[in-house]
Amino acid sequence: MEQSKENEFSLQLKASGYRLRTRMTQQVAFWTIRLLGFVVVGILVWIQGFIIVNGAGVLSWDFLTQAPTEGMTSGGIFPAIVGTLCLVVGSMVFAFPLGVMAGIYMNEYTKDHWTVRLIRVVTNNLSGIPSIVFGLFGMALFVNTLGFGDSIIAGSLTLGLLVLPIVIRTTEEALKAVPDSYRSGSVALGASKLQTIFRVILPSAFPNIITGLILAIGRVSGETAPILFTAVAYFLPKLPTSIFDQVMALPYHLYVIATSGTDIEASRPIAYGTALVLIIIVLAMNLLASFIRKRVSRKQR
Amino acid sequence: MNTDKQLKFRNTARRGAKWLERGVEGLFTASGWVSIVIVLLITIFLFKEGFGLFQSPTVEKGYVLCVHPSNPVERLNASQIKHIFDYETTSWSEVGGADLEIRPFRFEEIFDYYAEEEFGPDYEFLPDKLAEVVAGDEGILAFLPEQYLPADRSGIKIVEAGNITVTDFFGGREWLPTSTPAPQFGALPLILGTLWVSFFAILIALPLGMGVAIYMSELAGERMRKVLKPAIELLAGIPSVVYGFFGLVVIVPLVQRAFDLPVGETAFAGCLILAIMALPTIITVAEDAMRNTPLAMREASLSLGATQWQTIYRVVIPYASSGISAAIVLGIGRAVGETMAVLMVTGNAAVMPTSLFEPIRTIPATIAAELGEAPAGGAHYQSLFLLGCILFLITLVISVSAELISKKQRQAV
Repeated sequence: MEQSKENEFSLQLKASGYRLRTRMTQQVAFWTIRLLGFVVVGILVWIQGFIIVNGAGVLSWDFLTQAPTEGMTSGGIFPAIVGTLCLVVGSMVFAFPLGVMAGIYMNEYTKDHWTVRLIRVVTNNLSGIPSIVFGLFGMALFVNTLGFGDSIIAGSLTLGLLVLPIVIRTTEEALKAVPDSYRSGSVALGASKLQTIFRVILPSAFPNIITGLILAIGRVSGETAPILFTAVAYFLPKLPTSIFDQVMALPYHLYVIATSGTDIEASRPIAYGTALVLIIIVLAMNLLASFIRKRVSRKQR
Repeated sequence: MNTDKQLKFRNTARRGAKWLERGVEGLFTASGWVSIVIVLLITIFLFKEGFGLFQSPTVEKGYVLCVHPSNPVERLNASQIKHIFDYETTSWSEVGGADLEIRPFRFEEIFDYYAEEEFGPDYEFLPDKLAEVVAGDEGILAFLPEQYLPADRSGIKIVEAGNITVTDFFGGREWLPTSTPAPQFGALPLILGTLWVSFFAILIALPLGMGVAIYMSELAGERMRKVLKPAIELLAGIPSVVYGFFGLVVIVPLVQRAFDLPVGETAFAGCLILAIMALPTIITVAEDAMRNTPLAMREASLSLGATQWQTIYRVVIPYASSGISAAIVLGIGRAVGETMAVLMVTGNAAVMPTSLFEPIRTIPATIAAELGEAPAGGAHYQSLFLLGCILFLITLVISVSAELISKKQRQAV
């Protein structure tokens, strides 16, 4: 802009040049940004596609329903699926009611009090704690101090703590979305607070609360670090019979056969298959959650 | 009569309902506080176990280090002991003694000096034989079990090794938790390795994430957003072992070939995987911040003749800057705590990080790899808990600063 020639013509030229330049910059910037967007989608497609293409051939009924054989180089992943199922059910039995009740307390009983703000901050922190730290804690408390040993119950409790913030947060959001007129309407009809919560608020918030449960299930089924020292076994020929038994689990199974199996090359197909099963679980849970969310928002409209 | 009974019944029922209401309310309150209780418990357990390390002796429990009585050396620290037994330190003058060659002596070597039968049927002469060996060599540094020390201590002198200190842990450059006689708990390579990998991961993820965030909040149409939003949610949902597995079979060989390295399991492979894993966090938080820019500000900028791009980088991005910083901080948090993926692709060599193209080891990977082999309650076990404490503190700082940063933005509005 500080060029020396000062006649009108050049000024005009400069102005149009400036306009041209900004246009050009904008075009370049926008295309770069669009490209970055495609890169991110590309990464997702790459990862998912890679696992789906390589794992699809392995997936079969036998793969899902048989135990691993020959040093985990062939056979299926049935015990790992059962183990993960046990851990998911166990952690949800623990975390879901607790999280929902915490959410109710935070939204219905002490709205915007300093205690709630404190709880919210702490819950946020809790969700930021790395999963391996939960593993350490679970080992110290459940496995060693309480003496559960490596077991379904120790793993479930550890995983439950890990997903508690997710359940609390979604419950809180769900309850917030219930209009206040519902509450005052119910109370005006003579219902007690508890009746209002159980008969009016929870039913209308329920679908949204369920999405929290579903997302938590997706998270729990994929976590490895917290169960590493609290629940899983490298290989178990039999299925668990009580909550104090060790189990195999899908994510740990994938880790083991990908890094330290008896014959890594030979067990590669099984690793692909296991990864695919994990991805399918996560995909299904995400789809289910967004499906419920969509249905709810349509109904409320 | 009848009505009286009914009234009584109704009263009891009402009282019962009230009690029930109270009880359930108490239950809700208790659940509400459960997160605080959990965080407190985590803190207590981690720090209790972790700080136990500083009460652990430098030398393995149940063992002592002995020297010849004429040796002036009073104490040795962990790394000195290790270097002596690795034959890297060879003269007493290097550790504050006389100019004399050090002769490191491990307990098992006693069986090379004497025949089995000389110790007696129940090894009752073993302590005396040990004393003999120590007394017979002025330069000796003997690593002996406490139970076999001779009753008469005149011929030997015990060297103080003290407990593991804070400087040993935070300043030590060697992580060899199973080395004998003095395990090395220098966490510096692990701490730096974690920060190193996370830093470069964010460096890679940031431009990508910012680009996508700008695209989603400013440029993308409703249709494109409908594709991108769930895609990013999915990216966040993929389990970390799957990322690790993908890294192991795709990224690692790719890195190895692209940079012509002897091994592909390097810090760089870890950075790439962590960058992908941190993307969803960065994108969601940054996009939220940019979307919050008031329409009036955008319109004012556009009406002054600014192009859309100028509006974005002169108005929207500065306005959202604190949200964007929060995004970066949270992305770092995600990268610092990531365990499985890093464990699978970084090669796990506990060395001081000097280059991106060498194996490296992070704190979470160390915990995951070693906790299974560390006997509960031992120094190794405690050191892993202490690493957990560090991780916990780092993430605490990150959560709190992200909170403060985004609060700043809310106040600025």
